[in-house]
Amino acid sequence: MTVSDTHRAIDAVWRIESARLIAGLARLVGDVGAAEDLAQDALVVALERWPEAGVPDNPGAWLMATAKHRAIDLLRRRSLLQRKHEQLGHELEERQESAVPDLDAALDDHVGDDLLRLMFTACHPLLSTEARVALTLRLVGGLTTEEIARAFLVPAATVAQRIVRAKRTLAEAQVPFEVPRGAELAARLSSVLEVLYLVFNEGYSATAGDDWMRPALCEDALRLGRILAGLAPQEPEVHGLVALMEIQASRSRARLGPSGEPVLLLDQNRARWDQLLIRRGLEALRRAEELGGAEGPYALQAAIAACHARARVAEDTDWRRITALYASLARVAPSPVVELNRAVALSMAYGPAAGLELVDGLTSEPALRTYHLLPAVRGDLLDRLGRWSEARAEFERAAALTRNAREREVLTERAEGCARREAESRRTPAPTGPEA
Amino acid sequence: MRFLVIRKADQATEAGVPPTEELLAAMGSYNEEMVKAGVMLSGDGLQPSSKGARVKFSGGKPRVIDGPFTESKELIAGFSILQVDSKEEAIEWVKRWPVIDGDGEVEIEIRRLFELEDFGPSEAIDRMREVGFAKPK
Amino acid sequence: MRFMLLVKADKDSEAGILPSEKELADMGVYNDELVKAGVMLAGEGLQPSSKGARVKFSGGKRTVVDGPFAESKELVAGFWLIEVKSKEEAIEWVKRVPFAGEAEIEIRQVFEAEDFGPAFTPELREQEERQRAQIAAKKR
Repeated sequence: MTVSDTHRAIDAVWRIESARLIAGLARLVGDVGAAEDLAQDALVVALERWPEAGVPDNPGAWLMATAKHRAIDLLRRRSLLQRKHEQLGHELEERQESAVPDLDAALDDHVGDDLLRLMFTACHPLLSTEARVALTLRLVGGLTTEEIARAFLVPAATVAQRIVRAKRTLAEAQVPFEVPRGAELAARLSSVLEVLYLVFNEGYSATAGDDWMRPALCEDALRLGRILAGLAPQEPEVHGLVALMEIQASRSRARLGPSGEPVLLLDQNRARWDQLLIRRGLEALRRAEELGGAEGPYALQAAIAACHARARVAEDTDWRRITALYASLARVAPSPVVELNRAVALSMAYGPAAGLELVDGLTSEPALRTYHLLPAVRGDLLDRLGRWSEARAEFERAAALTRNAREREVLTERAEGCARREAESRRTPAPTGPEA
Repeated sequence: MRFLVIRKADQATEAGVPPTEELLAAMGSYNEEMVKAGVMLSGDGLQPSSKGARVKFSGGKPRVIDGPFTESKELIAGFSILQVDSKEEAIEWVKRWPVIDGDGEVEIEIRRLFELEDFGPSEAIDRMREVGFAKPK
Repeated sequence: MRFMLLVKADKDSEAGILPSEKELADMGVYNDELVKAGVMLAGEGLQPSSKGARVKFSGGKRTVVDGPFAESKELVAGFWLIEVKSKEEAIEWVKRVPFAGEAEIEIRQVFEAEDFGPAFTPELREQEERQRAQIAAKKR
């Protein structure tokens, strides 16, 4: 193997092993920043030795053993070693060699727990959202600073700074390396899920023509979600989020048209939906429901996505079920956007008039003031009701609000369509009343 | 029952010759039929073996060999997983494979998947079942 | 990136000899690792080729041949689908498969949508637009 072959192999080993390595070390030294430094030190040694000696049979164990020696030095320097041994109920051993097996045993029991501790720590509420994202992707995701920077379209130096500051914040606040318990757990878990979904959406809503890092972001978020589902299998909302991400990801290949323009869900070629991911998503949703989490916000969103996934063609969509799910979502996680989506579902299930009633109530909603989909939806409903001059005004408003050029074209075309229908109706006697 | 449907490789697929629009459209329609019928569980094309590798285990020790691999007819160019009621039904679907694939020369292999029930009672299998393994839908 | 990991058959797998309890347990642990790492998409075992068939298309004719098929080393006995960042990562995972004796696993990269590049020519684009127009028309 050439040196660069070995380096690529080492990168691969790092992606597989680094999170657990850092997590185990963090439990040893009590601080994620120090843990990552120790892990990086071990990586440096690997980069020096493995090109010649070859990648070891058990690279994870090699890295951990290498890092642990330095960890013990660190603890010794901090005079913590004695206390650690006391904690473990052992007599103080003077020699480093005998210190290692004791700690070994303590570490091996807790691999999964440590990774969970790492996820919670990286998503700690003391940190800003950007910091949580950067730290999670780095420590748990194994992404390099450059990869994170490219994913979020910020300079690498910015990401590096965020990570440095985040570690310092955690260290200064002496945030304990632990899984939160009791009442705290729900809120902290929510923070973790929020970070993962944020990363996913960053990749999912990427506009066409972007670097292929963006679909990779969805993959990273999904991977972290699946990891979390393995670490916290009794938490229904974790499965709910994974379900949502699997099903949304299943549509990736159908979401962009030939010219790179976004294709609306109802217009997508469903033959391009990834059935494997859909089944994985449905299985995760089932898990969430079996755990009694059907009413969780992520589970509900996943259930809505599942309704679409189950419809082999758009016409088969169970809109009544979707409407009911949005009603539940509006109760547990109310927001104007949820209401707007509920209105669309209502109109599909019960006709445009039903949807319009709800949408009319949203027109003065401050949060939706510059949201182009509000007038777009209203325009569509008015169009279907034959109120074409009003519809046209709404589409024009929507076209003015959107920042996406292709969407603006589509909305302008809709406005023109309404104008044509309005003109036609003046020439020929109009049917009375809205269409049934 | 589930079956793995294997589209064998040929010189063209191994050379990385991109599919024609006609073929893409035909495969697209074919896959769409199977999705609509609820029999398609997944399916994908594979890049030529030049992008791949083989790992040979000898005495349990792995050795990596980079592609390409020369014997096209040994190789796979694509696959799908079908859920049907019988081998005959799987064969029926495969008979509808787009004829323009491979310029009319193509070989498809159909292999039945193991379900967990096919193994006798076993702790290891129970564990796999717990983790949600190999569950037919 | 997605990879298919293909486990080659041998005369035991073709003879329908099931893995031992220990082998199943070891494989179970390995599969667990793939799942816990969040990279496992699917993993399946294939029944011997005696339970399978081949369909050959040639010169306008279609022939169905039932298994078994003689050449074990051409055959597949099982596979995984995994999602990882690189071929090297796929190789690293394959090295960890708990095969005690002789075995061979082939690693193949799956085509992603972006691999087709601008395969969408004006004709296919038109087909898509027509389909979309049909769907839109049905909504009115």
